[in-house]
Amino acid sequence: MKKLLALLLALAMIFSLAACGGSDKDATVDGNKDTAASDIKVGFICLHDEKSTYDLNFLNGVDEVKETLGLKDSQVIVKTNVPEGDECYQAAADLVDQGCDVIFANSFGHEDFMIKAAKEFTDVQFCHATGTKAHTEKLANYHNAFASIYEGRYLAGVAAGLKLKAMIDAGEITAKEAKMGYVGAFTYAEVISGYTSFYLGAKSIVPEVTMDVQFTGSWYDAVEEKNAAEALIARDCVLISQHADSMGAPSACEAAKIPNVSYNGSTKDACPNTYIVSSRINWAPYYKYMIECVMNGEEIATDWTGGIKEGSVVLTEINDKAAAEGTAAKLEEVKKGLTDGTVNVFDTANFTVGGKAVAADHKADVDTDAAYEADTAVVEDGIFKESKFRSAPYFDLRIDGITLLNEKF
Amino acid sequence: MAEAKIKTPLFHIAKRDPASMKWYTGVIVRAVAVVAALIVSGVLIMLLADINPLEVYSSMFDGVFGTERRIWNTLQDLAILLCISLAVTPAFKMRFWNCGAEGQVLIGGLATISVMFFLGDVLPYPVLILVMIVASIAAGIIWAVIPAIFKAIWNTNETLFTLMMNYVAIQIVAWFLKMFVKSGSGVLGSMPEYGLPVVGGKQFLLNIIIVAVLTAVSFIYLKYSKQGYEISVVGESENTAKYIGIGVKKVIIRTLIVSGAICGIAGLLIVGGTNHTISTTAVAGRGFTAIMVSWLAKFNPLTMVLTTFIVVFLDRGAQQISTAFGVPSSISDIITGIMLLFIIGCEFFLRYKIVFTKHAKEVA
Repeated sequence: MKKLLALLLALAMIFSLAACGGSDKDATVDGNKDTAASDIKVGFICLHDEKSTYDLNFLNGVDEVKETLGLKDSQVIVKTNVPEGDECYQAAADLVDQGCDVIFANSFGHEDFMIKAAKEFTDVQFCHATGTKAHTEKLANYHNAFASIYEGRYLAGVAAGLKLKAMIDAGEITAKEAKMGYVGAFTYAEVISGYTSFYLGAKSIVPEVTMDVQFTGSWYDAVEEKNAAEALIARDCVLISQHADSMGAPSACEAAKIPNVSYNGSTKDACPNTYIVSSRINWAPYYKYMIECVMNGEEIATDWTGGIKEGSVVLTEINDKAAAEGTAAKLEEVKKGLTDGTVNVFDTANFTVGGKAVAADHKADVDTDAAYEADTAVVEDGIFKESKFRSAPYFDLRIDGITLLNEKF
Repeated sequence: MAEAKIKTPLFHIAKRDPASMKWYTGVIVRAVAVVAALIVSGVLIMLLADINPLEVYSSMFDGVFGTERRIWNTLQDLAILLCISLAVTPAFKMRFWNCGAEGQVLIGGLATISVMFFLGDVLPYPVLILVMIVASIAAGIIWAVIPAIFKAIWNTNETLFTLMMNYVAIQIVAWFLKMFVKSGSGVLGSMPEYGLPVVGGKQFLLNIIIVAVLTAVSFIYLKYSKQGYEISVVGESENTAKYIGIGVKKVIIRTLIVSGAICGIAGLLIVGGTNHTISTTAVAGRGFTAIMVSWLAKFNPLTMVLTTFIVVFLDRGAQQISTAFGVPSSISDIITGIMLLFIIGCEFFLRYKIVFTKHAKEVA
């Protein structure tokens, strides 16, 4: 009993001290529509914090949009380390309580809990990156967003192809030996879409190129990614790229002096001799779009896919030390083709599946439901229309020329 | 005869006699600890983040009690952590170092979600809930009783065994998720329609009521029941227990059944009562935090309400700090770390006292 009393007293002390401060922070403001820039409030929900490269990319976007729109610190509330559970709904609801007009969440597993919040708080807009359900949920205030990162991967693939071509021309390898390696996280549409577009980019330069893909089964595992890269190098891959968030693969490449096409940002500082180029998604354009929609009282698109034009898909600096000569000029040319529609990444004329061309009525699993069945015709005019029927990637064909060494779901 | 020069230390540490300890000693020691923690972390906040510490403390308070929703969230976090702490308590009281609560809760949650996933649209709702309860408790028991049997019969090291079982549980959940979700995303959609019922229109009320009842039952079980007494005796001395005719093996296995069953309930509350989905990180380290909570409360379920509250307060407060001031979460982690260090550290001064050596002059 004594100890209980002691603890109680100790707690009382904490609170009495804490109460002295007076709390006028985050006073609730009524969320009225047609909000002007001066009183709009935006909430962000992140799975981890700045220690994760994935979340850092989102947080950098927040800083950028704050600057471009001139938002004050008090107008932007960022909640980090929000798990993919009911905590996400609670975080969103708390942001509503604090008067946020639009709330954004960044992790795939947040989706159901954002939808739950969207159903409850109908006068607040909810936006979710990488999600797949907005087009089937049909809620007026719930939206998905992604970027056509496959175009960035394609460009990165072109840079890889140029490097391979330079190696062939220099007599270092024969065209037959032009085999690339790819470290992927999971055998999931987003990753499949990514490595396929990367491969097609390289193939547009070196038609004989082949590629091996090794999956790690984790979005972030430095050791596994390093091991996978080393295994690929041991299988005579002469160039490596990756879709995973650690420095495992790039640093393995630097150690083995194998050229590397990176992801999520430049790795030039750590890998000055092997880093060629990197593609990444910039989230600031979407943030700007969703915030401006709310300010102007306009509707936010159910599915929004930012491309090269919008500044959502960006290539980081080219490393002249590792990249082939003329890479920058060629990338500019292909970039122009991608934006004006003369170049299409998933043009079915450029690849085969099991030796056959892709059928004109090919369907993919676009709607998220219990069936996991292909439900939407996605080929139009001979082009697999990625990110058209929903923003998140759904390209899942196993095209010829790419060998999967394992699968990880 | 040269006088032996004995260097007397400035102070020495002596054990306190619990019987002669004044009632207010505990209060003073703890109050000093808290004030010291506030001062030290306040100085660090000013140095590291350049924020007024008073604002930081008030923001912690605001994060925990600021709105009705935050109070409910605090109570929910308290209920779940308390439930897991209650689960590890009987085992720890028996000096069975159960470091496997994380896995036991997770496997209980997996049983719950499996029932929801496979039987959700097959069984009528009341039967479904009943099956969920039975399955989660059974799964928790199985996961806890395996190391208990090994310990009772072959005297294996339960710390390592239970610890390893956590990783097995995590991998099993990953394997089930692969089976549940065929798209390869590894994220299972939430199924609130098959969740535990909502009581009184308040999302977390049922969880809170269940844990409140469990707390009372645990207190009575440990303090007044014969089985509770046996746990204490086995914990104090196995030989004494054997001497007075307590079947030690039986007590170990029985206690871990109790421990595992409560872990299973915690899994049920997390999955069936809160998230309606599962991930490998659903327990989020609370299986380990619970050990600290239980120990800090000296295995008394009622005191545990308060120790759980301290941990939850610091945790939610820290989240609010990083949100309100836009500082990296490592800063708020440092603050909670310092506070916990002082709160736990002051236990030392409750058991021992510092005696300053009186100067030799007086001896003459």
